Amino acid sequence: MHAPLIEAHHLVKLYTMGEETVHALDGVSFSIPRGGYCAIVGPSGSGKSTLMNILGGLDTPTHGRLVIDGADIGALDDEGLARFRNRTVGFVFQSFNLLPRMTALENVELPLIYAGVDAKQRRAQAEQLLARVGLAERMSHKPTQLSGGQQQRVAIARALAGKPALLLADEPTGALDTRTGQEILALFNELNREGATIVLVTHDVEVAAAANRTIEMRDGRIVADHANERTPRHDAHV
Amino acid sequence: MMRTSDLVASAARALRANPMRSALTALGVIIGVASVVAMVALGSGAQAQVERSIASLGSNLLIVVPGSFRGAGGVRGQAGGWDSLTLDDANAIAAQVEGVLVVAPSQRSRAQVIANGLNWNAQVEGVTPAYLTARDWEIAEGRFFDETEERQARRVVVLGATVARELFPNVDPIGETVRINGGAFEVIGILESKGQTGFGMDQDDVVLAPFTTVKRRISGRNRRADTVSQISVKAVSEDVLRQVEEDVTDLLRQRHRTREGEDDFTVQNLSSITETAQQTTQVFTYLLGGISAVSLLVGGIGIMNIMLVSVTERTREIGLRKALGARQADILHQFGLEAVALSVAGGAIGLVLGVLGAWLMTSLFNLPLVIAPQNAIMAIAFAGLVGVLFGAYPAWRAAKLDPIEALRRE
Repeated sequence: MHAPLIEAHHLVKLYTMGEETVHALDGVSFSIPRGGYCAIVGPSGSGKSTLMNILGGLDTPTHGRLVIDGADIGALDDEGLARFRNRTVGFVFQSFNLLPRMTALENVELPLIYAGVDAKQRRAQAEQLLARVGLAERMSHKPTQLSGGQQQRVAIARALAGKPALLLADEPTGALDTRTGQEILALFNELNREGATIVLVTHDVEVAAAANRTIEMRDGRIVADHANERTPRHDAHV
Repeated sequence: MMRTSDLVASAARALRANPMRSALTALGVIIGVASVVAMVALGSGAQAQVERSIASLGSNLLIVVPGSFRGAGGVRGQAGGWDSLTLDDANAIAAQVEGVLVVAPSQRSRAQVIANGLNWNAQVEGVTPAYLTARDWEIAEGRFFDETEERQARRVVVLGATVARELFPNVDPIGETVRINGGAFEVIGILESKGQTGFGMDQDDVVLAPFTTVKRRISGRNRRADTVSQISVKAVSEDVLRQVEEDVTDLLRQRHRTREGEDDFTVQNLSSITETAQQTTQVFTYLLGGISAVSLLVGGIGIMNIMLVSVTERTREIGLRKALGARQADILHQFGLEAVALSVAGGAIGLVLGVLGAWLMTSLFNLPLVIAPQNAIMAIAFAGLVGVLFGAYPAWRAAKLDPIEALRRE
């Protein structure tokens, strides 16, 4: 637990739009230890989504060095990135991104399919994870038969499948009402206390306050990086 | 790395999700494969039919007829050379050409045949006993006349199956009497049925009588006694057939003192006719198959079209799968397999429909049903190939999608 899970050195991401070159990331450096719970905040266009995509192995930095769980992201090819996304990170999206034709159980099994886990083991793991997020009774429901909060719980269970080192959440409460959003954040807190490293991207300062640490971004740079006061409210639901 | 069983399950699930669309997409391939199978079977059936009917004329057979069809400067009809072949020519071929099994001269004429108040216009052919061997013909009932009867010009006849049926619908013709040109002839045998020739002539519509009998009593009254209308030459094997053909031609040129191009006879080689007919029907088969293959191509384009729509519709799903760890190869395989599954399933259904269609058409046209197993396997394999070819591009598009862009898509 001593070596940081994420080490970012001077990350630069350039996009060329016609004649213009946009610095989506303009020299971003930070590190997050194992077991950390960090929120990345900033207005749209601040580069937080780009940073999130790079942390998740969906994109690679133009310059700079990013090491996550010992893997140099910039050096991975498509196959290496796919393996990284499969084994090292778990995504939670704002719009859940569950496949509508599949049951909750099948959605959670999806990353395990790409890991090559056999069907029996896959089913056992998925059942365990759904029970963990409180959906033991809803395993064979399709996403449309679940509430928003329940859908996000399925998505979190899916993100946890394959025991990733890092949980990446992109506006996980953005599509939920306040109360349900609080429940999801409480679940993150719980998972963090059980040892999960979580990076949460949001534009909502209140949501960011749920994390232990906040990195504020603006125009592709980090403008602030501070530890959060733990407010009793966030722990109350746990 | 995705397991194969999961890959198959995933493709099956995607196809089941839109059953109507999958069925309509496969329909293009179904129609394509069905028409290829049916058309090739129909062509093969026609080919088999032609081969069979030509073979029924007799194998390793040369037929020498008077007159020349080869006039280069103009049309030389048969009429001028009508009497150019003689019995001596036939005897000379038998005596001098090597590799000849039998030589059978014959004299043809048409006549009205009357029996029991029924009458029938048949081809009456005067032949020698060797004729049966030359034409690979068998006696179905009774017997054939022998050489003595032939020499003595006995009044006996052997009926073809059609003539026997027409003149003696209810009676056994053996021992009965028929009248030809006023003379009475005893029926001593009935020929085995040969069916039609490739040119649509009924070979069973014939009455065989001894050569001398026909010459003297039926056709020969106003003609020279030694001319023949045809000489059938049967070679001992197919290998020597060409050589025999050349030797017969050379010998007859010598005897008739003609030069090449001025011949008053024609040597027809039935195996070359067979070859020509085979080639014709083969071209016919290829043509039909080729036209049908175009519809299979259209079916393939249909698959490509739907797969492209499917990739667009499922962009978000593809992005998600990539985010969850799907490699490009996994996506490629998934979408490729969907296309191949559609086309192979379509191919299998098309094969069944094609066989049914071929059976229907061949029974309609009275052709033999010829379906080679390798054609069936090829049809399925070809359908699979269509799936691979036309599924490749949409699958490649899916595999190359940028996951970030894909996830952003609504």
